[in-house]
Amino acid sequence: MAVRTLTIDNKQVSAEEGTTILGAAREAGISIPTLCHLDGIYDVGACRMCLVELAGSPRLLPACTTIVAEGMDVRTQSDRLRRYRRMILELLFAERNHVCSACVSNGHCELQTMAYTQGMDHVRFTYQSPLLDVDLTHVSFGMDPNRCILCTRCVRVCWHIEGAGTKNVSGRGTHARIISDLNQAWGASETCSACGKCIQACPTGALFRRGVTAGEMERDRTRLEFLVNAREKKQWNV
Amino acid sequence: MDIKDLLALKEKELAARKPICIRCCTAAGCLSSRGEAVKERLERAVYDAGLGDQVEVRGVGCLRLCCQGPLVQVDPENLLYEKVTPEEAGSIVDALNGEKVMLSRVDPDNPFFTKQQSIVLANSGVVDPNRIESYVAADGYQALHQALHEMTPKLVVEEMLTSGLRGRGGAGYPTGLKWATVQKAAGAKKYVICNADEGDPGAFMDRSVLESDPHSVLEGMAIGAYAVGADQGYIYVRAEYPLAIARLQTAINQARRLGLMGSAIFESPFHFNVDLRIGAGAFVCGEETALMASVEGKRGTPRPRPPFPAESGLWNCPTLINNVETFANVAAILRRGGAWFAGIGTERSKGTKVFALAGKIKNTGLIEVPMGTPLRVIVEEMGGGAPDGALIKAVQTGGPSGGCIPAEHLDTPVDYDSLNKLGSIMGSGGMIVMDDSTRMVDVARFFMEFCMDESCGKCIPCRAGTVQIHDLLAKVLAGMATARDLVQLEELCDLVKNTSLCGLGQTAPNPVLSTLRFFRREYEELLLPDPFAVRPTVPEGQVSVEIR
Repeated sequence: MAVRTLTIDNKQVSAEEGTTILGAAREAGISIPTLCHLDGIYDVGACRMCLVELAGSPRLLPACTTIVAEGMDVRTQSDRLRRYRRMILELLFAERNHVCSACVSNGHCELQTMAYTQGMDHVRFTYQSPLLDVDLTHVSFGMDPNRCILCTRCVRVCWHIEGAGTKNVSGRGTHARIISDLNQAWGASETCSACGKCIQACPTGALFRRGVTAGEMERDRTRLEFLVNAREKKQWNV
Repeated sequence: MDIKDLLALKEKELAARKPICIRCCTAAGCLSSRGEAVKERLERAVYDAGLGDQVEVRGVGCLRLCCQGPLVQVDPENLLYEKVTPEEAGSIVDALNGEKVMLSRVDPDNPFFTKQQSIVLANSGVVDPNRIESYVAADGYQALHQALHEMTPKLVVEEMLTSGLRGRGGAGYPTGLKWATVQKAAGAKKYVICNADEGDPGAFMDRSVLESDPHSVLEGMAIGAYAVGADQGYIYVRAEYPLAIARLQTAINQARRLGLMGSAIFESPFHFNVDLRIGAGAFVCGEETALMASVEGKRGTPRPRPPFPAESGLWNCPTLINNVETFANVAAILRRGGAWFAGIGTERSKGTKVFALAGKIKNTGLIEVPMGTPLRVIVEEMGGGAPDGALIKAVQTGGPSGGCIPAEHLDTPVDYDSLNKLGSIMGSGGMIVMDDSTRMVDVARFFMEFCMDESCGKCIPCRAGTVQIHDLLAKVLAGMATARDLVQLEELCDLVKNTSLCGLGQTAPNPVLSTLRFFRREYEELLLPDPFAVRPTVPEGQVSVEIR
């Protein structure tokens, strides 16, 4: 296995060929904020939280999809990056109705945690306050698009781990929504196997088990990683 | 088919030509003003006058001066009739017999025509887009034969490098370099894609090329496929162009019938097929990675690059993807040599560029000018300036990804680098002229609304940022904004430009940034006085408390 050596935040790091900057950084104990990334499924580079600076490149690069190269000089923190990350979070909070106090994921929410850690203490942009219907037709699960950040983790686990292909994205731009099958009620879905992987994958309170109330929705991310490792690497130990 | 058959076909077509040729524009612009009926009346009038063996009525592609359509050209007299109605079409035939007619004609010495130089549009308005024989008579498919039998793929790429041709889709990446990369990419299967998903508001260059001369695009694609080692091509064309789709399909069928597409083309081991893929109305599918996802049958959203399509594109195979106009240049470059092409234009922008001239200007239509032509020549001489003596205020190039160039910069030569320096881009060739009645904030808002509607929604800065920018612009226009909103507007533009995933988002703020740069006063005149004008600045890192 070929090895690449690079510098991340002035720290010498070595990584296997084909690793992403995000993977290399985490291995070296350097944390890069992410929202759409989830261990076990492929990356799409959509949330732009993990953008890093690369010496010699005028463009910012997403750490989750950029493969390491020999001699890279990566910076994961700068005033500019911190400002962009805060603004992206502000945009997310303004886009839909993220009311933490009344959310099932309060206290266990990646978006909330991200806002704390990135120092996003207020939103300067106009709240869009869209009116979105909650889908409570499924017998076990519920979907609240008001909390959705369109990271598409649920879509990816549904298609690529479970293989059911129930979850999809419809519409575009600000009208994009996560839907079940062909925009049907989740409960009427014939493809959904009720496996609950999307529930484990959701970073916010958009997908939840029915019956939980504010702050009760805790998730177990390691289950997804365990499944993928078991399938692809035949590793069965947790 | 071999070269003898091709030349025989050309000779046969030329021998069948009649002394007088009446060319009727049958591109979408003239058809929309009853061009088809004009052509039918002309055919009937020729028949009625018993001139069937003397006069040919030929449906051709775009005759350029779209605002005066339907256009009819009579050769060899070189008369161009404008705004021909079906009722008066017959009198054009009467004129052939020496009768005096009252039809209005366009002056062929108008700078609109004389300042043009045709490479891409050489066949436009000359050949019949529905007949491959007509294209063959104009030396069509000879360049493909030349490539297959006289050149190695490497030589073809070298010729493209010599020509200095840069991508005509907007970004201006050197075409030869792209071809060389795909050629060197490892892979048993490779693809060629022609991006015909032209979506900029006000742009119609690619549509005109496809409607006027579809075979030149097919020939360019075939040469490209030979150069990089591909055997399958796709043309991704938007559904809003039904005529272009019909003509392309006809052209593909004709080329297959003559053996110019399919297996063993020109009795060489090269085989190549082209299929059409129809876009369903998403602007973002003009972005190459979204386009390929759409061809694959997936949701048309972009993905991060690298890997670039040249390395891993359609179905993860190396893929050559070029714009319509880029491919339309290829056959001419091979026929006349890369050095000839490199002799046209400026040092870093070679050849010619087709523009769709539109907006507040007298002569609206299609033009092809050498790179480096000053904007003033295009707008004032060729376009004839703004109608009714209005003053030209700005020229918008590059559509929603471009910027507004103010009148004081009209002497800028049109080339990739000069336009970039002014915060605009060459773009695919839309050129919208604005007069002094245009409010620039309104222009910025219009383009931002377009980007907001067309954002795919995948990445957050573009999906949510364009909404916020649009709302701020609407607030400015409503006279409700303060100086603080302007600061926020600029901050958001900076964010969307630098953090968006694909070209759509990265360039979406350009119309705002360029109008802020050149017409900032128009924004400021609309602002309310700021109630918090004097505020202590909070150093970075400290928490600020906002009072609402």
